[in-house]
Formats: sequence, structure tokens, C-alpha cells
Amino acid sequence: MRNVTYVRALNEAIAEEMERDDDVFLIGEDIADCGGVFGVTAGMLRRFGRRRVWQTPISEAAFTGLAVGAAMAGLRPVCEIMYVDFATTCMDQILNQAAKLRYMSGGQLTVPLVIRTQQGGGTCEAAQHSQNFEAIFAHVPGLKVAMPATPHDAKGLLKAAIRDDNPVIFLEHKLLYETKGEIPREEYVIPLGEADIKREGDQLTLVATSRMVLHALEAADRVAGEVSVEVIDPRTIVPFDLDTVAASVEKTGRLLIVQEAWQSGGFGSEIIRRIVDRCFDSLKAPPRVHGSEDVPMPFSPSLEARVLPNPDSIASAIREIVA
Amino acid sequence: MTPIQLRECYRMMLLIRRFEEAVEELFAQGLIVGTAHFCIGQEASAVGAIAALQPDDMVTSNHRGHGHFLAKGADPRRLMAELFGRSTGYAGGRGGSQHVADFSIGFLGSHGITAGMIPIATGAALTQKLQQTGRIVLAFFGDGATGQGAFHEAVNIGAMWELPVVYLCENNMYAMSTPVEEAFRVPSVAERASAWGIPGVRCDGNDVEAVASAVSDAAKRARAGGGPTLVEAQTYRQCGHSKSDECLYRTDEEEQRWLQRDPLTVAAAKLIERDICTPDALDRLAAQVEREIEEAIQFASESPEPDPETVADGVFADFDVI
Ligand SMILES: Cc1ncc(C[n+]2csc(CCOP(=O)(O)OP(=O)(O)O)c2C)c(N)n1
Ligand SMILES: [Mg+2]
Repeated sequence: MRNVTYVRALNEAIAEEMERDDDVFLIGEDIADCGGVFGVTAGMLRRFGRRRVWQTPISEAAFTGLAVGAAMAGLRPVCEIMYVDFATTCMDQILNQAAKLRYMSGGQLTVPLVIRTQQGGGTCEAAQHSQNFEAIFAHVPGLKVAMPATPHDAKGLLKAAIRDDNPVIFLEHKLLYETKGEIPREEYVIPLGEADIKREGDQLTLVATSRMVLHALEAADRVAGEVSVEVIDPRTIVPFDLDTVAASVEKTGRLLIVQEAWQSGGFGSEIIRRIVDRCFDSLKAPPRVHGSEDVPMPFSPSLEARVLPNPDSIASAIREIVA
Repeated sequence: MTPIQLRECYRMMLLIRRFEEAVEELFAQGLIVGTAHFCIGQEASAVGAIAALQPDDMVTSNHRGHGHFLAKGADPRRLMAELFGRSTGYAGGRGGSQHVADFSIGFLGSHGITAGMIPIATGAALTQKLQQTGRIVLAFFGDGATGQGAFHEAVNIGAMWELPVVYLCENNMYAMSTPVEEAFRVPSVAERASAWGIPGVRCDGNDVEAVASAVSDAAKRARAGGGPTLVEAQTYRQCGHSKSDECLYRTDEEEQRWLQRDPLTVAAAKLIERDICTPDALDRLAAQVEREIEEAIQFASESPEPDPETVADGVFADFDVI
């Protein structure tokens, strides 16, 4: 095993897949000389040349659509949108085109496209640079949605996403890039759609995504003397590994979902719907979602801290459910 | 410009420069957090453009907006307080560097999505036209913003409907690390105006008088019902894109060349040459600006934090936040 950062793990995944398949290429803003604002594509220009690293003007609608077209026509683009907040300017290409072209063509074509972007708050960048949009992408049939929490999962999932013949929205988190974790020395790929049980327990099932997995594990540690918490990271929300979560809920009888996205209308509510459909009778307490307060992210550190879930607030939610 | 106007423009440019330098320092000290984009080197385009407007005209800005806001008449104390995230800031701590506004002085806001305010400026101009206010709107944006569909769509409609708006592109030669040569083929942004059938003019963005003169013509035209003009102010950001940028994509020679055309040096030379100010008078002005910045920092650092209990106030129109 090797200990690497999340950003390094992503960088390795891209380089390995570009090495393996000549059809893979990169497209996005500031990804060439400066390697992307978070450094995910660092070194790619030097290693693979301009032919495979296309730095664009600030034209998300154009370059995302261009990536869709290139994918349809036979290449495998990895497209970087600097912040998920900016994806709002190219939603036509993502939601109307990429997601539907295969279906609308009667299955004639495929769109083997990865859209990498990063989301989340915690850096005092305020309302237009801190959002979490996974529910919007997951809502539209035809898009796969990955949101890795660890360097290990980031690398393995990104490799799978690049090899997948469907459009995959790959959601990184700006505060995870510098976090470290173990990854195998040898090549590995993590299939999309397999949850990972990050911690075993038998009194409460805690499903968390992206950076909230880290907070959830910390909260589970804090309450360890009182409640035995099982922490599950679905890793991809489309496809969603309901079997693993349902098996856990059947064991624990309690469900808490922690998401950084807003409390209302998020994917957490959808998980509850599926659990209620599948194993209502196993529930010993009402399932709950703990997300961010339903406000645009305020800039001030004291206000931002109040909006985001944190290990303390998660621990309180756990205690309330078992009480 | 009259001697008084030129001196006032110089004072404002100096205030903006010192404000930005102070904020850079406060970041380094950890007293301001998050991110910010400084306009060091671009003060003349902000100050010159706004000097050519009437006080009740309106302005929209972008992510690099401190200079636009101060030039429009923002109180440095309340802007600083916003950067500190305090309750006395322009948005009560909710906005931060990229999201400040003061409607009472016609500053409709800075914001974080490239080109996002250009359609909004165009819509504000539609209101002026329909309500016959006699006011015009000026939209600041960068060269990078011209890559966005929103820019092209809005300017086309502004042109078709002859709206009272001035599109002011601060071409500082880069969008983050991407040089303009990698973003569009035409040698100047102003040339694109012909695509919408409106005038496009280029001016020296480091000469406050040149900017004021170009914008003054455009403003006259807009106010008279002649529709929009695209004004390109060619300039250079002497600092990094944001506080964490080391500018590895530029050469020292290029930076030095632009430093020699620093907008403050250009304006100071005019003041001396035309006998408007003595070097001593300029020093006194600098000291006065320095004091203003110190007061702003003091005001901000002594202001209270926003009350976390109020975090949900202001999402809808039912609450007064500030
Ligand atoms: C839609 C969108 N894409 C990308 C960004 C990230 N971004 C912020 S500022 C910037 C560069 C803007 O360049 P320009 O318009 O020339 O203004 P300058 O920074 O040079 O003043 C970029 C790419 C953004 N904020 N919004
Ligand atoms: Mg620029």
C-alpha cells in the first residue's frame, strides 16, 4: 500500500487511463499549464501533449457540449468543470443532451463521457462557490453519479468512470483534495454501484456521502460508548447500492443519512423513500436526513459553520434517533 | 478632465490600491479568510469609467469588484467589514468579497459566475428605458467573460432593443492562467462589436482620462437612446488572479513592461506636469488615504460577528437582514 492524497489519486487514475487508451483526452479551463486550479491534471500536458489536453476559453456550455459530441463520435473525454456551481451554465448539455442521447437514439449511440467537478463548502467561498448539486444530476435518468470520499475510492472509481460507456458525473470535494489515505500499489478499479461499509455497527445505519463520510466516522467514534453505528458510503448514488444499505437497516432498525447538500429535496430523502419501500417493517425509529440548513451559503465563517453538518451535530442526530 | 476631477480620480485610484494591498496583508495574517481577487494595476478602468457616469447611474461588477465598488462610492469601512464577515458589512457578512452590493449608490453587485451579471445589467437597462429614468447602466467584465454565451446573448438583445447600457470589458490579457491569444482570434475585444451592429472602442485602460473619455461618449449615446457601446479598456492585473496565484504563466519582462505603465504613476505624472499637485501635496494625499484604510480596518475588526441564529433571515423577502 501507498499513502497518497486524494488529488494525487485522481491524477494517477487519469494518467493510467490516458496511458491505457489513446481515445481518452482532457478538456476544460486552466487544465494545461497550471494543471487545473486544484492540480488534478498537473503534468498531463507535459506527459501527453496538446493533442490530448485541450484548454478552453471560459465557455462551459461549448466545451461540455463539445465533449458530448466527441464522445458520441468515438472518443472518451474527461471534462473538468472547475466548480459544480458553474455547471449551471451548461445544464442543457448535461441534462438534456448527455443524459438522453443514447435513449433518444433508440440505443444507437453511446456517450462515454466523464464530467469531473468539485463541490462543497467549508472554505468561506460563499453562495456561488460552495454548493452541492448531486441530487440534480441523480434526478435525471441517464447520468451516473459518483462522489468518492477517500483517495482509494477516488482513484478506483475514476478509472471505472472513464471506462464506462455512459456519462458519469464525478463529484469531488474541494476539502478532500489534500486528505491522505492508503491505496494499493497494483492497478485496481472500483465498479460503479458498490457501497463500502466504512465502519461496522449494529444499532444504527449511517449513510454518508463525500466529505460527510469523514465527519460521520468521527461522530461514530465519539458516540462509540453509547451507540454502535454502522457507517456506509454508497460511493455512487447512481447506481445506488440499495442492497447493502437495506441489509444494514434490517440489522440495525435505524437510519440516518448525512449529506452536505441542503436538507430539503436532496438525495438523502430519496434513500429514505427506497428504504421505506424495501424494509419499512424493520424500522424501529423514523429515519432522518441531516443536511445543510436550507440557505444559500453565507460567507462569514461564523455563519458558514452554523450551516454545515459537523461531527458534533451528527453525534446529536445519532443520539436523538436512538433515544 | 478638470484639474479637480483628475486629482479626485488619482485619490480614488490610490485608495483602491491601498485597500487591496491592505486586504492582501490581512489575508496573510489570517484576519480575512476565503478568497479575493485584487484589481491592483486595473484601478484606472474602474475609476475612469465611473467618473464618466452620473452619480445615480448603475453599475454591475464581477469577481474582481472591490475597485468598482469603491469607485462607485462604497464606504471602505463597510466593504472591509464585509471582507471580515462582520454584521456591519454591506451584506451583513453573507456576501464576502465576491458578493457585495449597495443599491442606494447604484451598485447592483459583484458576483462569482463569469459573465453572469451581463444579462442582469441589460435587464436593469430595460427598466431604465421603460421607466424613462434617464439613467444608464454600465457592466464591468473581463476578457474571459467574452467566452460565455450569456455575454453574446445579452449584448445582442441590448443592441436590438437599443438599451441604455455600456458594456465595459477590462481586458487584462488573462483569464486566470489563460492568455487572451488562447481564448479568441480577434486581436481586440472591441472588434467583436460589429457582430451585434454596435460601436466598439478600445482605450488605454491604464490612463484614467482615456477610459473616462471613451465611456463618456458611450454614456452619452446610451442616454440619448442610441443603444449600447462595447468599450474595451486594455490593462493588466499586476497581482495574481486570486490571493493564491503565483503567476507562473507570465514572464518577468511582460510584468515589468506593464509596471512601467502603472495607472497611478501615469496619473501622478499628469498631476505634476500640469501643475495640479506638487510632490508634497501627493504625499499628503497618500497619508490621508492611508488613514482612511486604517480606519476601515479598525472599524471592521471592532464590528460584531453576525448572530448565527439569524442565518436563515433574508432568503426570502420577508426579512430585513441589515
Ligand atoms: C462560469 C464560470 N466559469 C469559470 C469561473 C472561474 N473563474 C473565475 S474568474 C475566472 C477568470 C475570469 O477572467 P476575466 O473575465 O478575464 O476576468 P479577470 O479575472 O481577468 O479579471 C474564472 C475562469 C467562474 N467563476 N464562472
Ligand atoms: Mg482577464
